[in-house]
Amino acid sequence: MTREVLLRIEGLRIEGRSGDTWSEIVKGVDLTLHKGEVLGLIGESGAGKSTVGLAAMGFARDGCKITGGSIMFDGIDLRRATEAQRRALRGKRIAYVAQSAAASFNPAHRLIEQYAEAPVIHGVMARDKAEKDAVDLYRKMQLPDPEGIGFRYPHQVSGGQLQRAMTAMAMACRPDLIIFDEPTTALDVTTQIEVLAAIRDIVRQFDTAAIYITHDLAVVAQAADRIKVLLRGEEVEEAPTRQMLDAPREEYTKSLWAVRSFARPVQPPATAAPVLSVRGVTAAYGKTVVLEDVSFDIHAGRTVAVVGESGSGKSTTARVITGLLPPTSGEIVFDGAALPPALKARTRNQLRQVQMIYQMADTALNPKQRLRELIGRPAQMYLGLHGRALDARVRDLLHLIELDPDTYIDRLPGELSGGQKQRIGIARALAAEPRVIICDEVTSALDQIVQEGILQLLTRLQDEFGLAYMFITHDIATVRAIADEVVVMQRGRVVDAGHKTEIFTPPHQPYTELLLSSVPEMDPDWLTRLLDSRA
Amino acid sequence: MGFAASVTLGLAGLFALAWVLRAGARALLTGHSRSIASDMPLTAAFGLLVIVIYAFVAIAAPLLAPFPERDIVGTQFQAWSADHPLGTDRIGRDMLSRLIYGARNTVGIAFATTALAFVVGSLLGLWAALTGGWLDQILSRFVDALMAIPALIFSLLLLTIFGTSVLSLILVIAAVDATRVFRLARSVAQGIVVMDYIEAARLRGEGAWFLIRREILPNAMAPLVAEFGLRFCFVFLSISSLSFLGLGIKPPTADWGSMVRDNATLITFGDVTPLLPAGCIALLTVAVNFVVDWQLYRASGLREATQ
Repeated sequence: MTREVLLRIEGLRIEGRSGDTWSEIVKGVDLTLHKGEVLGLIGESGAGKSTVGLAAMGFARDGCKITGGSIMFDGIDLRRATEAQRRALRGKRIAYVAQSAAASFNPAHRLIEQYAEAPVIHGVMARDKAEKDAVDLYRKMQLPDPEGIGFRYPHQVSGGQLQRAMTAMAMACRPDLIIFDEPTTALDVTTQIEVLAAIRDIVRQFDTAAIYITHDLAVVAQAADRIKVLLRGEEVEEAPTRQMLDAPREEYTKSLWAVRSFARPVQPPATAAPVLSVRGVTAAYGKTVVLEDVSFDIHAGRTVAVVGESGSGKSTTARVITGLLPPTSGEIVFDGAALPPALKARTRNQLRQVQMIYQMADTALNPKQRLRELIGRPAQMYLGLHGRALDARVRDLLHLIELDPDTYIDRLPGELSGGQKQRIGIARALAAEPRVIICDEVTSALDQIVQEGILQLLTRLQDEFGLAYMFITHDIATVRAIADEVVVMQRGRVVDAGHKTEIFTPPHQPYTELLLSSVPEMDPDWLTRLLDSRA
Repeated sequence: MGFAASVTLGLAGLFALAWVLRAGARALLTGHSRSIASDMPLTAAFGLLVIVIYAFVAIAAPLLAPFPERDIVGTQFQAWSADHPLGTDRIGRDMLSRLIYGARNTVGIAFATTALAFVVGSLLGLWAALTGGWLDQILSRFVDALMAIPALIFSLLLLTIFGTSVLSLILVIAAVDATRVFRLARSVAQGIVVMDYIEAARLRGEGAWFLIRREILPNAMAPLVAEFGLRFCFVFLSISSLSFLGLGIKPPTADWGSMVRDNATLITFGDVTPLLPAGCIALLTVAVNFVVDWQLYRASGLREATQ
C-alpha cells in the first residue's frame, strides 16, 4: 500500500560554523517520506535531528549551510528553488511545530490572530473564514472553550494547551507535511499524553505526512509509522516502528533501549533515625499557600524521590529545607535538632550538611570561574583548606566524578559538555562533605545515555559515602531506577508516600495511578490502550 | 601642503602603523593574547594605538614640549613658524607646548573622574541588585532624583557651591556620572542575581562582598567595560564644556576646552589653530569608541568560552 512519495532527501550534507571553522554536522542523510506517513527521527542531542527536520523545509539555521545532496518536495527541488518559492511553500504546504510553544508564539498577539496569519498571507482563506476554521480546529485538538481560547494571549494558556494551539496553527493551511520538533519534551507526563493523542489524531484525520523529531523512543513509538535513528549526523538504521522496537539491528540502537534498564538494587528499609526530617511544613509565597502540611524523612544511604507535575511544590519543598523560603509553620529537623528556618540564621556547619545540585548546570555554574575555584570554594570555606591541600582536594574530587584533573582543573564551564557540567555540580556538592544532597531534576536536561552515567555516579557516591539524597523529578523511569522511598506530591500536598515497592505495586492512590499510567511505554499500542481504558 | 591634506595623511599614517603593529602582534604573541590580536579589527588597533600615543604624550609631556606650560615666550597670536610650530596664543604662550600639557591635564582628570564614577556607581549598583528590597528602593529612587536634574546644570550648581578646584571638579562630575553607571550596573546585575549559581553561593553562606566580587562582577564586566569607554568620552566632553564655560580647569593650567575658548577669535581670521585642541578631543573620542565597539562585539558575538 505504498503511496506516492512526498519528500525525498538524498545525500544531504549540512555544515555548521563554530568560530571560523566549518564542520559537517549532517553527513549524507537519505530520507523518504510518503504522503500521509509519519516518520520518527530519533537521536541524542547533536545528532542533527532538528537540522535535518529544518532542511526538509529547505531551511538552514544561522551558522549552518546546506552543502550537498538534494531535497525534493512533491516534485519541487527545494535547493534550487528561489527563496520566494520556498517561502510560498512554508506555512502553506510545509509547517513546523517547535519544541517550546511558549517561546514560539508572539506574546503580544492573541492566539487566533497568529492562527489566521498564515492562511491570509498565503491567500488560502479570508480572515473571517480562517477564524471560524481556527475554532473548528481548536475543537478537534480538544482544547477547552474552543470559541474563546483563541482570544487569549499566549501567557494566559497552559503549556500543554499552547502546544496544541501551535499544532492547530500548523494545520491552518492543511499542509502536506508537518515537522514536529520535540513537541512534548518540555511537558509533564500527564500533559504529554493529551498533546500526543491530539497530534496523532489530527495528523491521521487530515492525512498529513509528518516528521516527528524526539529523543524519547517511547513517545515516537506511539505516533510514527517508521523510525529513523541518527547518530552524529549519520543514519544508524531505519525500520518500521514495530520492527524497530522488537528487533533493533544496530548496537547503538540497542544501547538506546538499554538505558532504561539501569537500576540500583532495592535496599532494605532504613532502621536508623532519619538524618533529615520535614515535619508538617506549610509555606506560602505572600498570601498564596504553596505547601500544606508536608512531612517525610530522609535516611542516610537512601534516596527519597519526590515526584509530581510542575507546580506541585517539589522545588518549593527544597527551598524550605535549604532555608531560602522559611515555612509559615512546621520545621526541618536535621540529626535530631531543628534547623533555624531562615538561611541567615544557620551556622556554617549546618549549611555544609545540606547541599544542592541543580537542574540546569548551565546556570548553576558561574561561567567565569574555573573548575578549580568552582569546586574548591566550598572546600576552602567549610573545611578551611588552602594552597596545596586545596589543590589536592580538588583533584581528588575530579577523580571521584571521573574527570581527569590535569585536563580539566583550569577549564571554564563553557568548555565542558552538558554531562560534564552536571558532574561538576555534583563535585561542588561533594566538596562540602555533606550528609544530605538535594538533587533538583538533575538529569532532566540531559540525553538518556548521559543520564545513565550521572545516575550511576550518584549511586556509587551514595554507597561510598552513605549520602542521603532527596531526588526531585517528574521522570518516573528515574524514580524506578534509583529511589528507595517515594513521595508523590500534588498541588502542594503529599498525596502518597512509602517504600518504592509499595508505591509501584497496585493498588495505587488515584493520582499515583494517573501519574504512573501516563509514562509512555515502549509499545506502539500503549497510547491507544491507555486512552481506551480512560474513556 | 594644505591643512586638510596633512590631517588626512596623518590619519592614514596612523592606520598604516596600526596595521603593522597588529600584524606584528599576531606574529609575536602566543596563546590567548594572540587569539585576541587576530580577532582585532583594524579600527580597534587604530584606537588602541591612538590611546597609547595619548598616554605617552601625557606622561612624557615635560620632555616633549619645547616650552614650559605657563610661560609667555612670544608675542600675541604669532603665526605658525619654526620656533613656534603651532604659533602662540592670546598672551603669547606656545600653542604646541600647551597642547601637549593639555593632554596630561584633560585626559588625566577625565580618567580619574571616570574611574571614580565606575567604582562608586558599579559597586552600589551591584549591591542594590543583590540585596533588593528597601536598600534597592532607597538607592534607586535617590539616583532617579539626581538624574532628574540636567547633568550640566547640576554640575554647574555643585561647582558654584564647592568652588572650582581640580578635586571638586573630579568629585562633582564623578558623582553625576556615577548615577548613570549605577543604573547600568544594577540592570545588568539583576539578570545575574537570578541565576542558580548565585543561589548556590548564597546557600553556601557567602557574604555580599564575595558575591559581588567573585560571582557577579566577572559576569557583568563586559558591558561595564564597554560603558567605561563611552562614559570616558562623555566626561571628557563635560570637562571641556565646563572649562569652556570657565568653571573647569582654571588658567593658567593648559586644558583643551579652555584653549578653544581663549583662542576662538582666531577662527574669524581663517586660522585653524583653535580647532586643534578640539581635534585632539575628537580623535581620542573616536579612538576610544573604536576600542569600545570591539569590546562590545567580543562580549556579545564572540563566545570564547564555548569554543
